[in-house]
Amino acid sequence: MVRLESRPQPSQRMRYASPLLAAGLTLVTGFALFTLLGEDPLHAFYTFFVAPVDDFYGWGELGVKATPLVLIGLGLAIGFRANVWNIGAEGQLTIGAACGGGLALWLHDSQSPLLLPAMIVVGALGGMAWASIPALLRTRFNANEILVSLMLAYVAVLLLSYLVHGPWKDPDGYGFPESRLFGDAALMPLLVAGTRLHAGLAVALAAVVLCWLFTARSFLAYQMRVAGLAAPAARYAGFRRSRTIWVGLLSGGAAAGIAGVGEVAGPIGQLLPSVSPGYGFAAIIVAFVGRLHPLGILFAGLLMALLYLGGESAQIELGLPSAVTGLFQGLLLFYLLGSDVFINFRLRIGRRAVASGESAATP
Amino acid sequence: MTAHGSARGRAVTLITAALVSTVALLAAPAGMAAEPLKVGFVYVSPIGDAGWTYQHDIARKKMEAELGERVETRFVESVPEGAEAERVIRELAASGHGLVFTTSFGYMNPTIKVAKAFPDTIFEHATGYKRAPNVGTYVARFYEGRYLTGIVAGKMTRSNVAGYVAAFPIPEVIRGINAFTRGMRSVNPDAQVKVIWVNSWFDPGREREAADALIAQGADVITHHTDSTAPALAAEEKGVHVIGYHSDMSKYAPTAHLTASTHDWSEHYLRTARAVLDGSWASAAVWGGIREGMVKLAPFGAAVPDAVRELVLAQQRDIVSGALHPFAGPVRDQDGNERVAAGATMTDEAMLTMDYYVEGVQGKLPK
Amino acid sequence: MSAEGTVIAIVLATVGAGTPLVYAALGELVVEKSGVLNLGVEGMMLLGAVVGFIAAVESGSVVVAALAGMGAGAGASLLFAFLTLTLQANQVATGLALTIFGVGVSAFLGLDYTSVALESLAGVHVPLLSDLPILGALVFSFDPLVYLSFAVFVAVTVFLYRSRWGLVLRGVGEAPASAHALGYDVIGIRYLAVLFGGAMAGLGGMYLSVVYTPVWVESMTAGRGWIALALVVFATWRPARVMLGAYLFGGTTILQFHIQGAGVDVASQILSMLPYVATIVVLVLISRDATKIRLNAPAALGQAYHPDV
Repeated sequence: MVRLESRPQPSQRMRYASPLLAAGLTLVTGFALFTLLGEDPLHAFYTFFVAPVDDFYGWGELGVKATPLVLIGLGLAIGFRANVWNIGAEGQLTIGAACGGGLALWLHDSQSPLLLPAMIVVGALGGMAWASIPALLRTRFNANEILVSLMLAYVAVLLLSYLVHGPWKDPDGYGFPESRLFGDAALMPLLVAGTRLHAGLAVALAAVVLCWLFTARSFLAYQMRVAGLAAPAARYAGFRRSRTIWVGLLSGGAAAGIAGVGEVAGPIGQLLPSVSPGYGFAAIIVAFVGRLHPLGILFAGLLMALLYLGGESAQIELGLPSAVTGLFQGLLLFYLLGSDVFINFRLRIGRRAVASGESAATP
Repeated sequence: MTAHGSARGRAVTLITAALVSTVALLAAPAGMAAEPLKVGFVYVSPIGDAGWTYQHDIARKKMEAELGERVETRFVESVPEGAEAERVIRELAASGHGLVFTTSFGYMNPTIKVAKAFPDTIFEHATGYKRAPNVGTYVARFYEGRYLTGIVAGKMTRSNVAGYVAAFPIPEVIRGINAFTRGMRSVNPDAQVKVIWVNSWFDPGREREAADALIAQGADVITHHTDSTAPALAAEEKGVHVIGYHSDMSKYAPTAHLTASTHDWSEHYLRTARAVLDGSWASAAVWGGIREGMVKLAPFGAAVPDAVRELVLAQQRDIVSGALHPFAGPVRDQDGNERVAAGATMTDEAMLTMDYYVEGVQGKLPK
Repeated sequence: MSAEGTVIAIVLATVGAGTPLVYAALGELVVEKSGVLNLGVEGMMLLGAVVGFIAAVESGSVVVAALAGMGAGAGASLLFAFLTLTLQANQVATGLALTIFGVGVSAFLGLDYTSVALESLAGVHVPLLSDLPILGALVFSFDPLVYLSFAVFVAVTVFLYRSRWGLVLRGVGEAPASAHALGYDVIGIRYLAVLFGGAMAGLGGMYLSVVYTPVWVESMTAGRGWIALALVVFATWRPARVMLGAYLFGGTTILQFHIQGAGVDVASQILSMLPYVATIVVLVLISRDATKIRLNAPAALGQAYHPDV
C-alpha cells in the first residue's frame, strides 16, 4: 500500500524538483492528449511552448502578458500570507485603469513628462481606494472580504462600462464604447523597439525586488506572516489584526491598480469597456504556484503568460479549438499544485513502519 | 437555409477539416505550384451554432468551399477585445496570412496598428470606421432587416407591445431598435417597443431573464440583439412570438419563430479573397444591405399569414429598389423633435452616430 | 398584464433565477462546514451543465440528465479532493485551477452540443391546487427540480443541525485534530463533503443548461459559481440564509430588468450593479454582530489537515 508520510523537515531538494515533476507529468499527459487529437505530439509541444517565443517579438509578448500577472500576484501574496483573501483584484485593476486613464483623458493635450508617473500614482490610489472598501467593511463591520472584494469586481467592470459608453466616449468615435486614444505623453515608453514591451515590466521587476525586501527584512511582514500562520499567537504578541487586513488589501489594490494603468497606457492605449482578460483572477493562481515568494511569482507569471500565448499559437498553427487550451492549462496547474506535496511529505510504499506511534489513532 | 446542419455533424466536420488541413499542410512538399492565399479570421466569441461569430464562420467555410485550393483559412476564436487582439492579428500576419478578417468592432485600433507594421498584408475590419491603404472595412445595413421584421411584429402583435433584449447602447444596436420600431409602427401606429439592456453580448441566463421580464410586462413579440438563442427559447416556452437576429433561430422555437434578420458575409468574403488573389483589391468602406445580399430574412414561420408575407416581401422589393428607406422623413425622436424632415432621408453619417430613440420606443436611453 | 400578474411573474422568475445558486451554494456550504474551501464551483457547475445537457439530449430524460450533471460535478470535485486532501495542495489555488480546468473541459466536451435545441421541461401541474388563484400560481407551478431544491435545503438543515453525522461534520470543520483524536476519519469525511458539494454544483449547472435556458454554450454560467460562493459567506454558513441570499440576488436581477422594462431613466449599467451592491449591503447588516459570525464560520476553513502533522 502506498501512503504519504510527513517529513520531519521540508525537503529542500523537492522544493526545486517538484516543478520538474509537474513538467514531466504535463508532458506525459500532453503527449496522450495531442495523440488522441490526431496531432504529432512533438510538433504540438513545439507549437505550444517554443513557437510563441521563437523570435524577439514573442519574448516581448511574454513580458507584456506576464507584467500584470506578476505585479498583481506580488501584491496579493502579501495579503495571502496573512490569510487576507482579496479575490477582487480584477475590480481593483479596472478601477486603477479607469482612474489613470481618466487622468490621461482629462489632460489629453498635456505633453508633460510627469503625466505618466501621475497616472501610475492615481491608478495605484484608485486600486487602493477600491480595495479599501472591503478593508473598511471587514474591520468596521466584520463583513467577509472574499465576498465584498469579489462583488466589487463586478461593480467595477460595470462602472468602467458605464464610463466608456457614456461620459468618456470618444466624441469622434461614432458612438462606439471606446475612449479617445491617449496622447503620447500618457503612453508607457517602449523598452525594446519592435516589440510591445513597455516600462510596466520594469515596474514589475522593481516590485519583485521591493517585495522580496519587504518580506525578508521588515518587521511588519513578519507580524503579518505570524498572523497568517498562527492567529492566536499574533494576538498574544499584540499584533493588530486590523492593520494586517488593511495592509494586505491595500497592497493588492495598489499593485492591481498599477497593473491596470500598465494595460491601458501600454498595449491598449485607450479605455475600453473591458481592459483585462481576467488578469486579476489568474494572478491568484500565479501567487500560489509561485508559493507566495517574489521570485517564484515572477517565474509563475512567465509560465502562465506562456500558457496563454501557446494556446493562441496552437489555434493558429494547429487549428486546435480554444477549449483544448483551457483543458491543458488546468492540467498543468493541477500538476504544479499537486507536486508540491513532496516538499512536506514522502511516499511510503509497503507496510507502515512499526515505530509509527499514532497508527492506532489513524483509522 | 442549408447552413444549419446538425450541430454534431458540424463540429465533427470542423474538427476533421482542421485535422485534414493540418495534415495536408505538414505533408505538402515545400515549393508546390501556386501557394494558396492564407486567410485568417479573428473571432470575438466561440463559434457556437448561432449568432454573430457563427455567421462569419459559415461565410468562411463557403468561401473555402468555393475557392478550393486557392485559399487556406484559419481562425482564432474567443479573442478578447483589447491587448490580446493586437498580438493575435499580428501573429496571423507574421505567419504568412495574406488576408486577415477581424470581425468585431473592438479590433479596430489593433488592426490599424498591425496593418502599419505589415504593409503587404491586407486587412478587412468589420463594423469599424478607420481605414488605411491596406485596411478596408465592411458592415451590413442590418437596419433594413430590422425594419422588415418590425412590420411582421406590427402585424402579429395583439398586445401592441414588442420586447427587445439588447446588449449595449451603441449606435448599431440603437439603430436596430429604431428601425424595428419604425417598421412596426408603419403598419400598427399604436405599437410600442420596450427595451431591456442586459449589459452583455452573451449570457444566456440573463437574456432569458430579460425576455421573461418583457413577456411579463405584456410583450407578445420578442426580439433581441444579443448572441444566444435564449430569448427564442423563452418565447417558445411562454407561447409568444419571437423574431431572431444574426441567425435563423427557427429550430429553437419551431412554433414561436416568425422570421429572423440574418447576416450573410459569404459574398463579401468570396469577393474580397478573389480581389486579393488577382491583385485588384483596394481599400474601401463596404456597407451592403438587402440589395447586396448581406442582410437576409429567414424563412417565415407557419404562424405568419400569407397577407403579411406578401406585404413584407413587397416592402423588401421597395428597399432593394430604393423606393423605401427605413429612416425616410419625417423621423421624430421620442421627445417629438424632428430629426429628419418629411421628404428627406437620413444620411449615412446620421445613422452611424444615432444616439436617440425614435417615437414608439418606451423608456429613456441611458446617457 | 395586471399588477398582481406582474408580481407573480417576478416571484416565479426570482425562484427560477435563484435555483442554480441555491443548489451550488447549499453544496458549498456543506463543503465549507467540513473546513474545506473549494473555489472551483464555477468549473464544477460548467461541467455539470455540459454533461447534464449531453445526457438530456441523448436520453431525453431529465432524471438521467440530473444524475449525469451530479456525477460530472462530483467527478470534478474528486479531483479537487485528491489534490487538496490527499496531496495537501493549497485549497484556494486548486479551486481556481479547477475553474480554469472546468471551463476548458466543458467547452471541449460541449463542442458537438453547442446550441443543440432541447425540449424544455414543463412544470408540474397539480390538479386543483395549481388552479387556485395566486397561491396556485405561486406555490404549485414550478418544475420538479425547484421542489427538489427545497427538499435539499430541508435535508441539509436537518443533517447539519439535527443529526449526529452533521455534528461530526461540523466538528471536523471546527477542530479537525480533536475529531481525529476522537477516532473520526477527518480526510474521509471531508472527501464526502467535497463530493456532495461537487454533485450539487453539477446539479445547479445542469438546471441552468437543461431546464432554465435550456441551451448549452461555452461558459454559460457567466459567474454564477462565484456568486454561489459569495452567498455561502453572505449566509454566514447558515442554510436558511443561503436560500434568502440566492433569492435576494436572483430577485434583484429580475427586478432591475422589470425596472428597465418600465422605462426608468437610469443607466442600465448602474441598474445591473444592484444585485452585487444589495448583497454587500445586506452582508454588512448581517455581519455587524461579530460573535454570531464567529460562531458559524468553520474555524478550520481552508486549512490543510494531515493526520501525521
